[in-house]
Amino acid sequence: MSDVTAETAAPAPPTGLKRLWKSIGLLRESYVGMFGAVLVCFWVFIAVFVDLLPLQDPLAQTRGAQMLPMLTADAKDVMHWMGTDDRGRDMLARLMYGARVVLFWSVLATVVAYSIGMIMGVTAGYRGGWWDEIISFIGNVFLAFPQIVLLLVIITAFGPSSQLGIWMTNELGLDKTLVSGSLIIIAITFSTAPQVARIVRGIVLDLKTRDYIAAAEVRGESPLYIMLVELLPNARGPLIVDACLRLGYVIITIALLGFLSLGLPPPDPDWGKMISDGRQWGYNGLNMMLWPALAISSLVLGLNLLADGLREISLRD
Amino acid sequence: MAKQGATVDKDTPVLECKDLSISYYTRAGEIPAVVDFNLKVMPGEAVGIVGESGCGKSTVALAIMQYMGKNGAIVGGELKFMGRDMRTMSEEELRNIRGSRISMVYQEPMASLNPSMLIREQLNEVLIYHEGISDEEATRRSIEMLDAVRLPDPERVMDSYPHQISGGQQQRVVIAMALLSNPQLLLLDEPTTALDVTVEAGVVELIKDISKRFGTSMIYISHNLGLILETCDKIAVMYSGEAVEFGTVKQVFDEMRHPYTRGLFNSIPLPGADRHARPLVPIRGQLPLPHERPRGCNFGPRCDHFRDGLCNVHELHMEPVKGQSGQSVRCVRYQDIDWDKAKPKAVEAETIEFGPTVLQVKNMQKYYEVNDGSIGALLTGKTTRYVKANEKLDFEAREAETVAIVGESGCGKSTFAKVMMGLETATGGEVILNGKEIGNLPVNKRSPQLVGSLQMVFQNPFETLNPSHSVGSQIARVLRKFGVAKDKEEARQKVLELLDLVKLPRDFARRRPRQLSGGQKQRVGIARAFGGEAAVVVADEPVSALDVSVQAAVTGLLTDIQRKRRTTLLFISHDLSVVRYLADRVVVMYLGQIMEQGNTEDIFSPPYHPYTEALLSAVPIADTSIEKKHIVLEGDLPSPMNPPSGCPFQTRCPRKIGAICEQQMPPLKEFGNGHRILCHLDDDVLTSMEPVIAMPGDKAKRGKASAKPATAPSSGRAKAAAAAAALAAMPAPVKEKARPAATPARKKAVAPARKPAAAKKAAAKPAGPVRLKKPESKADDLKLISGVGPKLEQTLNKLGFWHFSQIARWTKKDIAIVDDELSFKGRIERDNWLKQAKALAKKSGR
Repeated sequence: MSDVTAETAAPAPPTGLKRLWKSIGLLRESYVGMFGAVLVCFWVFIAVFVDLLPLQDPLAQTRGAQMLPMLTADAKDVMHWMGTDDRGRDMLARLMYGARVVLFWSVLATVVAYSIGMIMGVTAGYRGGWWDEIISFIGNVFLAFPQIVLLLVIITAFGPSSQLGIWMTNELGLDKTLVSGSLIIIAITFSTAPQVARIVRGIVLDLKTRDYIAAAEVRGESPLYIMLVELLPNARGPLIVDACLRLGYVIITIALLGFLSLGLPPPDPDWGKMISDGRQWGYNGLNMMLWPALAISSLVLGLNLLADGLREISLRD
Repeated sequence: MAKQGATVDKDTPVLECKDLSISYYTRAGEIPAVVDFNLKVMPGEAVGIVGESGCGKSTVALAIMQYMGKNGAIVGGELKFMGRDMRTMSEEELRNIRGSRISMVYQEPMASLNPSMLIREQLNEVLIYHEGISDEEATRRSIEMLDAVRLPDPERVMDSYPHQISGGQQQRVVIAMALLSNPQLLLLDEPTTALDVTVEAGVVELIKDISKRFGTSMIYISHNLGLILETCDKIAVMYSGEAVEFGTVKQVFDEMRHPYTRGLFNSIPLPGADRHARPLVPIRGQLPLPHERPRGCNFGPRCDHFRDGLCNVHELHMEPVKGQSGQSVRCVRYQDIDWDKAKPKAVEAETIEFGPTVLQVKNMQKYYEVNDGSIGALLTGKTTRYVKANEKLDFEAREAETVAIVGESGCGKSTFAKVMMGLETATGGEVILNGKEIGNLPVNKRSPQLVGSLQMVFQNPFETLNPSHSVGSQIARVLRKFGVAKDKEEARQKVLELLDLVKLPRDFARRRPRQLSGGQKQRVGIARAFGGEAAVVVADEPVSALDVSVQAAVTGLLTDIQRKRRTTLLFISHDLSVVRYLADRVVVMYLGQIMEQGNTEDIFSPPYHPYTEALLSAVPIADTSIEKKHIVLEGDLPSPMNPPSGCPFQTRCPRKIGAICEQQMPPLKEFGNGHRILCHLDDDVLTSMEPVIAMPGDKAKRGKASAKPATAPSSGRAKAAAAAAALAAMPAPVKEKARPAATPARKKAVAPARKPAAAKKAAAKPAGPVRLKKPESKADDLKLISGVGPKLEQTLNKLGFWHFSQIARWTKKDIAIVDDELSFKGRIERDNWLKQAKALAKKSGR
């Protein structure tokens, strides 16, 4: 019985970069996912390297060159590929810099919302009992509130034009963008974290019945260790897919806030605000609305397709 | 084998596979799942397909149903159903055949029934769709069929939802559904794997009956050789997508030719032997992936009889075995191998000195509180109820001892493990480890040393390791946690040593769990459990999810390490044949109670608790020479929330005496040597029980030879071997259809049977039933009445009963008189005897 020979060796495990490359290779098999990935990568590339691109100043207003249609040059013979807005600013430059603004705040908001949602979900799921009841109840209260109303209430009550906002900018000397940005993050966290918590809780409820969790408990691991090291890494698959989708929703939400003029303060380019600027001009502002609208939809579409592709792959294995 | 398998039967075979090849298309390209598979199923025949996971046996079943999904296809050969090639049939024709002429029973009964439909609707649907009959007619036929699969109260079952009936009943419903339209062919894919052993025994009994009663041909797919032996006429052994051996059950079980078949048999425990008489020999290596199969014989790299230049030259074909009609084998060397030489040698029983008592469980009790918020509960004021998971556990374990805890699901064995591990705390009683009370000490209050000294091996290999971390880091974590290794370097070194200990290559430390096979994962689980100088290791069904050839290796490894390190092992299992192989003491649990405990040899020989007796008889045995008693328990396991009054086993006990079983908790009877039985039966009834498993004479020689050196007095294992030999050495006249004939090898003088007294009484009392001095004609075989064994037959004969007709004529008064004489109070349902005797008398024409 004891002379068991070593079982045949499997190929050596791929590590680090190789594994990443392999995952990308897997994504190639899903055309939908690949298309989404290309769209997302395009916007991420723009957002990161926008400073290096030969663009005009997105804030520079050119007198006499307001609301130019696309592919026209102004009096100084500067080409405006996408035309200009109502203050004579180059649309292309604003759009590209807008990508940085949108991606920065949306990714930050998603990360914050996700972290809080994961903490809520993993503790509720693993600990259970009264803690679960409390977390779930709080989550349900926020989910029962119409999302738009929730956002409006939070931002109007604490936004830059509120008493608190004015106090913060004037007395504390905080940057206006920072104040509005943080507020956006808080607002999005309130509306998104409960949803994330719900998903994480569901996954954890399933995972915690596994033997390796019992094994960890049996060797006396602390709950924190079990949650962070044993549970969360195994929930990453579905969470990555969900995070892609969630990021898309957050981008739409930020654009919506911008459109309602509750978003980031001018003059920073913000796609939602850009659409809203164009809307004032009715039919004449079509060019001003078209590009940011296309940008938002392409980025969100890209994220959704990427999520679809990732899900497809994860199901196939 | 289709060619030489042609028998005298002129009928067309129900199913014929000729050189059938099936492939799946995946990312990695075409994967040949089954290659050149030949099979012929004649009307009324039952063919078993046996093999380990991944050998392609289920693929064959799916191909027969023509239901392989969009990425599977038959790529070669023929598949004929009733003489017509199924590959040429249209979707429409196939739809008509499926479910009406070919039906299938799957492994998981709950998954094959629609949970939101009444059983009535699901059964009637089959008939209405395939035969177009009215709903009333369909209902009538469905009820008949439910009755035929021996479901109690078919009308009630018809109006239930699947979740309202038990697993065993669900599987019977699925079988009934498959039989409803009177199919020519029934495919059974591991139909009992998800069921408990005693429930399994009942379903197997039913399956055995199907071909006789309905004339249905069957293909029975299983990994369990014992089940195949009980249910089938012919058997095909599959390995790595090919059939490697085919023949009648008798041919293959008695004269297996292929080394793989031989390996399978050598790696399964037989209840007739222990590990010294017949050590388990695992098959080395593992199943090759379908696209990495070797050239020539697929089994070559794992075969002990492999010859380079012969076995790996060209593809092998099934060859008819010389001198055995119908048997064929895929091996070029089957005639050259000297099996006697290759037979596993009996090993000398090593003497293990058990140390002091390490673990004491005293009256341990664990109740779970359940809050019942229903209106009914609120009205009666009983809002809290208790699940009595452990009622009163009382046993001890010594150093270096293996104690097996045996029982079916829901008996509370896992709850006990949880209390031991500190995941739960006991409601009452004590658990004492090395003099320290731990039953009320949750794991977070235990010291690292204590936690390290009490570890666990888990059941499911696919869940025991965290898929996100490497094998090495998971073992290292345990070492650091228990303070065995102080720094990283020491931990790394210790991890490698532990991998050596469980016989895994060192580079496995860097691997992720998903790159390991099930057996390898379980080895890592063992390494982890023994990492921290464990004093007690609890193994919760550590091998039940593994393939048989791997099971042997893993159990062997586990006990080797345990004995080397003198660890106490609590082995939780439902499989008595495995337990016999490795346990020194056995604790049999039922509904949170210990029904019987004692040394292994005492548990496996009479006296038995009636539940142990049923468990023993329920284990399928893959040996044609072993005779075993068939005891099929009625009913299902009661809920621990609402346990029966009195004896917990009374609702299913075939030996129930009467009211006392329902009213009083049975007394604990001592039979010496720590052998205790919780039962109301009289001592003499218990001691006069017949052994469930009887071995023939030729086995006895082997057992005796091996047991000879085992005479060391202090060794429990040695005694077990000796007892087995003694048991086997008894002359056993195996009659046709005989029940176990060997007399029990009991040496304990607790209570001698009162046979002579009974005989005397019979002579003194002339009144009562008709008696005959001796039969005028040939006596009937009274053993055909279920409940009568050879011993009882003898007694009955002595009392003057020789014929069925005599027994059939007994009146109530007669029964009372006979009962009195037999001195077995209410031992068996006498009314049932009468019924059976009447039927038998009619049959025999007397």
